[in-house]
Amino acid sequence: MATLNVNGESRSFEAEPDTPLLWVLREQLGLTGTKYGCGVAQCGACTVHIDGVPTRTCVRPVSTVKATEKIVTIEGLSSGGSHPVQKAWVALDVPQCGFCQSGMIMAAAALLKTKPDPTDADIDEAMTNICRCGTYNRVRAAIKSAAKGGETKSAGLSIQHRDGSTT
Amino acid sequence: MTMSLSRRRFLGTSAAAAGTLVVGFHIPLARDASAQGTSTAASGAAAPEINAWVVVKPDDTVVIRIARSEMGQGSLTGLAQLVAEELDCNWSKVTTEYPTPGQNLARNRVWGNFSTGGSRGIRDSQEYVRKGGATARMMLVQAAADSWKVPVGECVAANGVITHTTSGRSTTYGKVAAAAANVTPPADVPLKNPKDWKVVGKRLARLDTADKVTGAQVYGMDLKLPGMLNAAIKDCPVFGGRVKSVDTAAAMKRPGVKKVVRVGDSAVAVVADTWWHAKSALDALPIEWDNGPNATASSAKFAAVMKAGLDAEQAAIGNQVGDARAAIAAAPRKIEAVYSYPHQNHATMETMNATARWTPERCEVWTPTQNGEAALAAASEAAELPLAKCDVYKLHLGGGFGRRGAVHDWVRQVVAIAKDMPGTPIKLIWSREEDMLHGSYHPVTQCKLTAGLDAQGNVTALHMRISGQSISAGLFPANVKDGKDPVVFQGLNPPGPEASIGYTFPALLIDHAMRNPSVPPGFWRGVNLNQNTIYLECFIDELAYATRQEPLAFRRKLMANHPKHLAVLNAAAERAGWGTPAPKGIYRGLAQTMGFGSYVAACAEVSVSDTGTLKIHRIVAATDPGYAVNPQQIEAQVEGSFAYGLSAALYGECTVKDGRMEQENFNTYRVLRMDEMPAVETIVMPSGGFWGGVGEPTIAVAAPAVLNAIFAATGKRIRELPLKNHDLKKA
Repeated sequence: MATLNVNGESRSFEAEPDTPLLWVLREQLGLTGTKYGCGVAQCGACTVHIDGVPTRTCVRPVSTVKATEKIVTIEGLSSGGSHPVQKAWVALDVPQCGFCQSGMIMAAAALLKTKPDPTDADIDEAMTNICRCGTYNRVRAAIKSAAKGGETKSAGLSIQHRDGSTT
Repeated sequence: MTMSLSRRRFLGTSAAAAGTLVVGFHIPLARDASAQGTSTAASGAAAPEINAWVVVKPDDTVVIRIARSEMGQGSLTGLAQLVAEELDCNWSKVTTEYPTPGQNLARNRVWGNFSTGGSRGIRDSQEYVRKGGATARMMLVQAAADSWKVPVGECVAANGVITHTTSGRSTTYGKVAAAAANVTPPADVPLKNPKDWKVVGKRLARLDTADKVTGAQVYGMDLKLPGMLNAAIKDCPVFGGRVKSVDTAAAMKRPGVKKVVRVGDSAVAVVADTWWHAKSALDALPIEWDNGPNATASSAKFAAVMKAGLDAEQAAIGNQVGDARAAIAAAPRKIEAVYSYPHQNHATMETMNATARWTPERCEVWTPTQNGEAALAAASEAAELPLAKCDVYKLHLGGGFGRRGAVHDWVRQVVAIAKDMPGTPIKLIWSREEDMLHGSYHPVTQCKLTAGLDAQGNVTALHMRISGQSISAGLFPANVKDGKDPVVFQGLNPPGPEASIGYTFPALLIDHAMRNPSVPPGFWRGVNLNQNTIYLECFIDELAYATRQEPLAFRRKLMANHPKHLAVLNAAAERAGWGTPAPKGIYRGLAQTMGFGSYVAACAEVSVSDTGTLKIHRIVAATDPGYAVNPQQIEAQVEGSFAYGLSAALYGECTVKDGRMEQENFNTYRVLRMDEMPAVETIVMPSGGFWGGVGEPTIAVAAPAVLNAIFAATGKRIRELPLKNHDLKKA
């Protein structure tokens, strides 16, 4: 029996030491918001934070993660989607199929923590996640919106929400 | 009962310990319950449906049934808008749910076609879903009028509220829904004039975003059922090969492994407690393959076969005007070029997967599919049970792009495994490697274009000879008549409402010499419009330059009889500033086409550095889909089309060596990432009077607009994709 600190809780599990953290999260701990896309750290769908550092969990053996290291998955990023990045994502209707978006959001949240006002070059460097639907431009706009405290008008999308607001 | 979004979310995230939830899947819809002699009480649906499309609950929540699949393209929201428009309900109270294909079958296909491909989701069902909404509204108003004992003509509905105009009395849809369910549906159901639309045409937010930003959205891969086991599979990597032998005992010693299952004669699956255990054991499993008749197939060999087809006598004609061969022979000047387009994998972010439970009495499948009915047919065949004893529960798709529509190979596999372990739910997930090795690939073709020109540089004749793979021959051979696969000619058809060519030539011949490799073909987002538009639009550009004519003016001369094609081209060119100087180092290229019912055009702006590095700075795109149901989602589709189309143009290539694909993951099958994505400006210009799709057509103009801009920048005419294989350094 081993232990991980996930989303603020100590969680016990049983897995062989070389099991990728991704599959412990998904199969042992029931946290399926973190996705499998490639298994070779190419696509970023499996990104979580380990002590704040965006990490591709599909190639990270679980035995290399200490019980004291704080893992945050998409489920633990905020309560009820209230993180500024998640709010910007909703405001600009970023996701299409949505499968890559957990990883995108985790990468974006980590970027904004280190660079609160990222340049386009910063975004290009940090956001290497693959999206096949092609949400890249809205992802960029949403990161900038979150950086600007939720300002959405400069994205120019004019989306009408069900609560009557327009972003 | 229909599986609602909230139920699916609950199932996936709450450990699904409660078996009752699963039982819930068996409960039929309220109305067909009586036909099956089952109690409806257990369904928990206090509200009966008004009709197949609409359920109104006492709290005024409106449940709109969606037959087509949501895979990111936004048509779940668009279809709900169409129903809600005619229903005159309160949009903020709309939810959606999928009926199952089994329910559709039991109800004489009341929801029509489930197939979600060919950008057809909205354009092919808009009329009957709007009628569904209008019918429900008329029944609700009638019920209110009956309860008030007033003429129905004195009652109006708006925003989910019915008002008796004479007395001022009002009620809500929720209050009269139960009575409305018993009203006889009206025979005559007029639809609104588009100019009166209040919900359709608006830039509304999608209905399915919230769960996608919190990780709560359950995809097929995330499903968990009580007692479920997990499976990983390896099919023979060589197309057409078989399993020669497998050392099952080696796998059984691995942790968590429950069983090794031979699937058909070509695949081996390992079933374990977790997928990671199944996959690890499968990777360690010695499998000896019999590579079969295609063991020496290669892309290079097949290219030679297609090359011969470019000059073959026999070819099926797709479009013909006059005698193009004679006109070319007689022309004072002839220009010829040969283009080619490679195999590609859809590479959906979520790999193929499904969960199945089989018993001798019933087979159920949970899967992300673009066509629930096709998935049901595949399940029924593999289960060896009649359709009525099977059902498919559609889960949200982590990408489709055509891979999850026509072929349901993964469904057949999971049912075969589940059949081997009766009563136990089995979830099969393909590894990315399995997904790359067993795609249904974008067909491979070559094209020789020959133009005859007069002394003034006017085109007197064009011959396009396409040689290569037919999707229909691979998937639906009955659609091939006398060697002709009509799908091959997308974008090149004679004038008409679907995929018609945008130019008029005095003489024209477009024909196809079918040459099929040992690679299974499929409908890959954009399908044959992709390469056909490259072939034609780049060659048109070649003709313009060869005759020293400005590319836009040259096109306009040939497009006079095609005003809709021309309108989008003009719009994109004008917005991009075509004809005005571009910023230093930036070069422009144009392309236009018509397909999936819509007219599209693009103007790309690129630069190529002295060392040959390409940067695509901006693309201006114009789309005329007839009617625009949700313009902000059309913009999202257009942007996404460029990401997909530019991935193909820059990198997309699956190559065959020794009978199998060489690319197995994103490290060798590169796709476009954020730093390469150009700015996209989209002009949505619906001209009315027809319904076109938006998910695919724009993909086709991505590559040719960029290729034409690259020529403007470098003088290099790239005729063979992808671009990664070319040195763009100025000659």
